Parts: sequence; C-alpha cells; structure tokens
Amino acid sequence: MTARRPRRNYWLSAVAILASIVVFLVPFAFIVLTAVKDRQQAALLDFSWPENFQVVQNFVDVVKARDYMLIIAFINSTILTVASVAIMVVLAAMVAYVWQRRKSRWNLLINFLVLSGLIIPPAVVPTIWVLQKLGLFRTMPGLILVEVAFGISFAILLFRAFIATIPRELDEAAIIDGASPFRLFFRVIFPLLRSVAITVIVVQSVTVFNDFVNPLYFLPGDQNATVQLTLYNFSSQFTSQYNLLFMNILLITIPPLIMFMFFNRRIVAGMTSGAIKG
Amino acid sequence: MTTIEAQRAHRGEGTELPARRTRKRSPYPSWFYLPAALIYGVLFLVPTFASFYFSLTRWTIFDSHFIGFDNFVNFFREPALVSGLTHTLVYAVVTSGLKVVLGLLLAVLLTSQIVGRGYLRSVVFFPVLVSTIGVGLTFTVLMNPERGLINESLAVVGIQGPGWLTDPSYALLSVALVDVWKGVGLATLIFIAGIVSIPQEYFEAARVDGASPTASFFKIVLPLARPATVTVVILSLIGGLRSFDLIWAMTRGGPGFTSDVIASVIYKQYQAGFYGLSTAGNVILFLVVTAIILPLYWFLSRKEVEL
Repeated sequence: MTARRPRRNYWLSAVAILASIVVFLVPFAFIVLTAVKDRQQAALLDFSWPENFQVVQNFVDVVKARDYMLIIAFINSTILTVASVAIMVVLAAMVAYVWQRRKSRWNLLINFLVLSGLIIPPAVVPTIWVLQKLGLFRTMPGLILVEVAFGISFAILLFRAFIATIPRELDEAAIIDGASPFRLFFRVIFPLLRSVAITVIVVQSVTVFNDFVNPLYFLPGDQNATVQLTLYNFSSQFTSQYNLLFMNILLITIPPLIMFMFFNRRIVAGMTSGAIKG
Repeated sequence: MTTIEAQRAHRGEGTELPARRTRKRSPYPSWFYLPAALIYGVLFLVPTFASFYFSLTRWTIFDSHFIGFDNFVNFFREPALVSGLTHTLVYAVVTSGLKVVLGLLLAVLLTSQIVGRGYLRSVVFFPVLVSTIGVGLTFTVLMNPERGLINESLAVVGIQGPGWLTDPSYALLSVALVDVWKGVGLATLIFIAGIVSIPQEYFEAARVDGASPTASFFKIVLPLARPATVTVVILSLIGGLRSFDLIWAMTRGGPGFTSDVIASVIYKQYQAGFYGLSTAGNVILFLVVTAIILPLYWFLSRKEVEL
C-alpha cells in the first residue's frame, strides 16, 4: 500500500535492529561463546572471543558428568513430553468435541472447570498426598498425569474454537452412513483437527519440556531427573566451571529452537488465539 | 418453516427430543468426558478442595491434626512470610505493567513499515520458548556485580551499576526485569494479532481527516486492541502471581527474604516439612489470584461490551 506511508522509516529501523541485537542477541551470543571456552577463560564471565575452542571437549565433559546424568535426563524429558502431550491431545479433543457439539446444562459447569484450570494455582502438597495414596508419587506415570491435568484446559480451549468451524452436516452425513459415535469422532472428526492438533502439540511440548516446578515437586531424586532439574542441580555443582554450565544451557535450548524454526507459525497461532475474541 | 427446522437441527437434539432417546442415541456420547474428567478431577480438583482442609491442620503427609486457623495466624505473624505476599503483588504488577506498555509499543513498531520486521518479531519472541531456568542462570551471570557484562558495559559509559541481585532493594525488581525480557515477546505477539485485526479503513479515514499518528494510536489502536490488552493483562498477572522458577533460579528468595514470593514460601515450607503451613500458603495464593483476576476480568470484559 503506497498511500499508507510514503517510505520506510530507515532511521527507526536501524535503531530497532541495533537495540534488538544489544538486548536480545547478546545474551544468546554470551551463552554460545561461554559454552565453547576453556575453564579459565569462562570463569572471567566476560563477553569475549574464545581463545581456544573446546566445543567437543566441553560437550563430552557435560554429557559424562555424574555418570551420564544428562543423557538420562534427556531420555526422561522426552518420555515425559511425548507421553503427556499425546494423552493431552486425544483427551482434550474428545472433551472439546462433545462440549462444542452438544448443548446441555453441563456446558456451563465445564466452562467453569476449564477456566479454573487456567487460573487456579495447583495445590502442591495435597497433590503429593493424592499421588502418594495412588502409589504414583516419585514415578514417571504420576508426573505424566500431573502434566496432563494441569495442561489440558488450554488444549481444550484451542480444540473447541477449531471444532466450531467444522460444519455439523459432516457429522450428520457420517451418522446417516451408519457410523458409531466412536468411529464418527476418530475416523471423521479427529483427522480434520490436524492443523490445530499440531499447534497444541508444539505449544504444549515446549511448555512441558521447559517445566521445572512440577518435576521438582512430584519427581524428586537423581534417578529420574528431567533436563530442567539437571540444569538446576548443575548450577550449584559447577560454580567454578561456567563453560560446562553454559554448554548445558545451550544443549537444552536446542529442542525449543528446532521447534521454533519449523513451527513458528503454529506457535504464534496457538499463543495468540485469545487475542481477538478476548 | 424451513429455516426454523434448520435452526432446530443446528441446535442439535436434547431440547426437542424426549430425553431418554437422546441419552441413548446421541452421537456425542458423554463418556468422552470421562477420561479427562478423571485425571483432572483426581489430580487437580481433589487437591484443590483438600488444600482448604489441610491448611487448617498440622500435617505430615501420613496423618493430620486439626489446629484451626493457626497456620494462617503464623503466616501473617511471620514478617518474612507476609513480605512474601507484598513481593508477589509488586512482582505481578511490575511485570504485567511493563509487559503491557512495552508489548504495545513493540507491537505498534512491528506492524509499521520497518526494515527487518520478520527478524525483529522472531528475535523478540524467541526467549518465550527458552527454558526459564536457563534464562535465569544466564542473567545471574550477566548481572554479576563485579564481573558481569551488564555492569562492565555500564562502567564503560561511566555508570556504577548496582549489585542487581545482591542488593536487597534491587533483587526483586531485577528478577522482574528478566521476567519481562523473557515474556514481552508473548505480549507483543498478542498485541500484533489484535492490531492486525483492526480494519485498515479506520486508519485511512483518520489520515484523510488529518489525524496525527499519535491521535490514531490513542483513538483507534488503543480502544480497538482492547481484547488483546485484556488478554495480556490477565495472562501476565496470572503468570506473575504464580511465578516461581525464575525467582528460584536467580535468587532463591534472597538476599535474606527480600525476593521471596508466595510460591517460593510454599516451596521452602514444604522443604522444611511444614506441610500444613505450606498448604496454607497455597490457599492464600489461591485467594489472592481469584480476588484479583475475577473482578478484573469481569470489569474489563464488561467495559468491552459498552464500547
């Protein structure tokens, strides 16, 4: 649109780009540079070019530390993320589908419960108490179910908004063709949810992968530490080895970075879904 | 006639058909709720309700002993714990206020004709996806009073930087600033989505009438991006009131108790084995969150209807 603004504001652009480099890129550059320094230079904590690059050495050291703790942590975090997000997607889609399609007096209650799940801070120690009663405290299945319970509200809201755009005529056609409710949902509707499901998967896996609080409370102990817990524990152990600490930070930043590069649009769509409707 | 029928069909059964038949044959079975309701009920609703009871007890996971409101009395008698409450409020207000202001300004900037818009949007948003612990540890190093990059850069221009995390009067605000650094990208995105949804004709009409950019910001963008503002305020207030991991990674509530918030008090009391007191902290956090969010949400969305 030429009438909108005669020309681009180059001066403002230069200031904005410069400011973005100082404010946002320098911290990341600092992480990368410190991660590849040797121990003495990293301890200076300054922003400088590494004198000798120790990429492989630092990588091996941080992986080997405390009996390959980081590898175990990555495996644990992967299991946690994949399992909890998979359960969340299927269960949230089922709830959102029936909630959106059927008008009943329960809908108000569901609305209230879903909003509560978004707003209310979870009660920590009572959750531990419940998990203990079920024999799930300090177990991976327990933590997976906790992540599902705390994250499902957001997933339900995203699915519901999308399901509202799928015409009901489709359901009716499938019913006339003799599809059972189960088949109708899993064969007809669920495949259509692909695009919003990807959004939910990407946003929730970044959230679960980065989660620190829930593993801290519900899955303590070194045996089944997640990457965030490992990083936190390293920070007290590696006070004199900043190169290894930052190598660790760098490594756990890579999965979200990959998500961001491939699914930027989806993440943006998911996270801004509330902006227009309010 | 046909339209009414169509509407009826659209509304689905339930109201028109006999109840028994619907329940049997509805293509939208209630048992679809069941698995989610079970997990959510057992691991979220039960603990939430149980917290009200256990906050009134002296509690070791295995047995509890009813002591009335002693935990709450203790909480409000202990200055270190009460200050946690005020810090929570300060932290939430500072972070969400800055996120709204900076997010809106950045969104206006990033929807204008500017070079490198895609790059700028990405770079502002990326910290949202990075591990909070990682960000916290990085900034703890950058904010090191003697050797940290921030104070060294300030020294170059001749400013003596404060001990960001070691000075009791700055610690909480420093953490809040890092929170804003990490979270402002999300606020910006939400504002961008709100601004983009405003019809271009309004801006054109305003320009034809000779409105200045400032006037169109205050008269068009601000009122029409209101749903986005509501979303940002609510989301960042909820996040700010509940925030724990960044504070824990950077200061662990210190120096002293000067950056303790309710969430970190809950964790400390839990670690110390005072489960009842910890749960009382949880109930207080619950009350604070609902007492702030519900009226605010009601007030903000009511205003929206009036517009």
